[in-house]
Amino acid sequence: MNEIVSIQLDGNELKVELGRTILDVCREAGVDLPVMCYLEGLSVVGACRLCVVEIEGSPRLFPACTTPVAANQAIRTQTEKLKRYRRMIVELFFAERNHVCAVCVANNACELQDLARRVGMDHVRFPYLFPECGVDASHPHAVLDHNRCILCTRCVRVCDEVEGAHTWDVMGRGHASRVIADFNEPWGSSTTCTSCGKCVQVCPTGALWPKAASMGNLRKEPGKIGELVAKRKLNA
Amino acid sequence: MLGKLDEITARVRQRSQEYRLKLQVCCGAGCLSSGAGELLEELKRAVAAQGLEGEVGVVPTGCMGPCNQGPLVRVSPDDTMYEKVVAGEAAGLVECHCGRGEEVRAKLLFSGGEGPVCERASEHPFFRLQRRVALENCGVINPESLEDYIAAGGYRALYHALTGMSREEVIAEIKQSGLRGRGGAGYPTGLKWETVYKHVSAEKYVICNGDEGDPGAFMDRGILEGDPHRVLEGMAIAAYAVGARKGYLYVRAEYPLAIKRFELAIKNARAQHLLGSQVLGTEFQFEVEIRVGAGAFVCGEETALIASIEGRRGQPQPRPPYPAERGLWGKPTLINNVETFANIVPILIQGGEWYASIGTPKSAGTKAFALAGKINNTGLIEVPMGTTLRQIIFDIGGGVPDGKRFKAAQTGGPSGGCIPEEHLDVPVDFESVVKLGSIMGSGGLIVMDESSSMVDVARFFMEFCMDESCGKCVPCRVGTKQMYDLLHRICEGRGTESDLALLEELAPMVKETSLCGLGMTAPNPLLSTLRYFREEYLALIPRRAEGASVGPSAHQP
Repeated sequence: MNEIVSIQLDGNELKVELGRTILDVCREAGVDLPVMCYLEGLSVVGACRLCVVEIEGSPRLFPACTTPVAANQAIRTQTEKLKRYRRMIVELFFAERNHVCAVCVANNACELQDLARRVGMDHVRFPYLFPECGVDASHPHAVLDHNRCILCTRCVRVCDEVEGAHTWDVMGRGHASRVIADFNEPWGSSTTCTSCGKCVQVCPTGALWPKAASMGNLRKEPGKIGELVAKRKLNA
Repeated sequence: MLGKLDEITARVRQRSQEYRLKLQVCCGAGCLSSGAGELLEELKRAVAAQGLEGEVGVVPTGCMGPCNQGPLVRVSPDDTMYEKVVAGEAAGLVECHCGRGEEVRAKLLFSGGEGPVCERASEHPFFRLQRRVALENCGVINPESLEDYIAAGGYRALYHALTGMSREEVIAEIKQSGLRGRGGAGYPTGLKWETVYKHVSAEKYVICNGDEGDPGAFMDRGILEGDPHRVLEGMAIAAYAVGARKGYLYVRAEYPLAIKRFELAIKNARAQHLLGSQVLGTEFQFEVEIRVGAGAFVCGEETALIASIEGRRGQPQPRPPYPAERGLWGKPTLINNVETFANIVPILIQGGEWYASIGTPKSAGTKAFALAGKINNTGLIEVPMGTTLRQIIFDIGGGVPDGKRFKAAQTGGPSGGCIPEEHLDVPVDFESVVKLGSIMGSGGLIVMDESSSMVDVARFFMEFCMDESCGKCVPCRVGTKQMYDLLHRICEGRGTESDLALLEELAPMVKETSLCGLGMTAPNPLLSTLRYFREEYLALIPRRAEGASVGPSAHQP
């Protein structure tokens, strides 16, 4: 057990254990912080920047998922600026590829859609980029639709860290980044994929979905990964 | 071991005393590309043909500075410099300086320009106003000769540190010098060393960051090409101080000459026991390896650089943990820029107090700059911190060519901003430049004249950042693309006032929420051109009354 220190979270005094992240502490205290790349059970990459918070005395913003708590920190999670920035990040997500919910298999079962509702993003002011993205339907059980991918890399991490296959990775850079199977081959011809389906379960959008699904009946269980990792730790 | 260094020094000095004249030929990448290699050979032939081999030495050096005037030749001890010398002129030049030939005044350095021309090069403002500390040997010694470096005082600082100073004393000296990281961020070097020193670990690493990627910047290239041993010695001293036994030079593949000369420096230093086990006869051991980058700007960011050395995708990681605590292969790692390492030797030799006396109280020492763009004297210079931009651009740089009017100077490349004419008298140091909305950066200085469109400048740098964004975090990956598209639209005369409003909303968000320095600074050129040249943006936006366009349409997700 680490040392216990006091912090202020949105004005409330809290006793917390050193070594934990601000996101952990927020979740325990019931503070609603949006996340997208973060998933319990996977390594933390701090990529989506949705969980940024303000810490008094610093002009910078800090991602809650990677920033450890420190004694006497005064953390603010819901300032007007933070809310505006979060809305803007969600807008950028929607403008980046094709996220037209009405024709997406994940409609009503989509973390991105839920996120937009939560942060109050009701329209996108940025021009839609609609890049040329393919759909890889070569796998017998599931489909990868790059048009719905937000590059959160949950699939990459779960495949590497939990399944141990490392089929997925990211190729290219900037807005030309794409998730690839093996050395950029059709997913169906991958020699490393075990068809375990974990990537499909953790994908927050309609980018990875089981072929059996149709709009309205898609259900994913990303939470199972955290449970699996916790159980493995217990048995280890 | 000190005796051996002295012996080499004596030998080199005696040999150079035998020469009545020394013809130094700049063999930096710039001069080589305009024919310096051929010129060097031709000069040697001319000297031989005139039977002067015993009296006149012909030697290659690193970058001398005035890069757009190359190939350059300096005649010592006459201190005369010639510009744009072609191989066919070699014989005439040799004859002239041996008192037998015609004057070659027409070839004197800067005689093709608008500014003053000096018989003695060191009296020209370009050189007179400089203070060379990191570039001390650059353009003077033969970079491929370890003996030349030793004769110039090389490896004495390392010897002194290993035999006469404790690790703590070395760090104290660096702290006292006030040296701050020359890569751009300006973090106090001594403090960084101390942090790595304090972390207990059997394995530690020293990394020299030579991934210089700003468009228009070539300070680190100049140093690596012109004085590789200086960097190597600085790295060895750092390794001793922090407790590392292994170092890496991370250098971009676009610098083949720097790689070649650094490789040679490592090889020669190992042969003389200046690297390897038992360095200079002491217990200290240090090995250095070169890692060549694959051409990603983001790999200049320290965590991405470490990932790249480890063979992983070059993407930044959230800090903490900082590399000082958990860096390369998970071990405490010291990362400094090339120019930072080049400043270590003079600090140890002349003392931290001496170094702190140069420059300004908060930004000690000197800074190398690469002058580029609309400026008469393009090239590599080094000045004390606190020198004004006006002095750098007009006195040293010779001002703007073709009688055009100066408009702005871009410092810090794609991470920096532009500084307009009204702030030309600002002293260049870390704090002052930030106050003007730019950053000091690593030393790239691009001059723009009245013909440059500042909106186009902003678009250029935004395109650079967009292309170089690694794609990991959303604000940078998508934000730079959106900002580029909006800027492009404005440049093409299709922009609207709401585009401008969107840009101004997006830029601070990208700046504040991005994961690494690339994204955090990507909006700087946009923000600073908006700050000083807003009217240029407005002039490009068609008036609504003229029936141009409406704002971007809103889409329902």
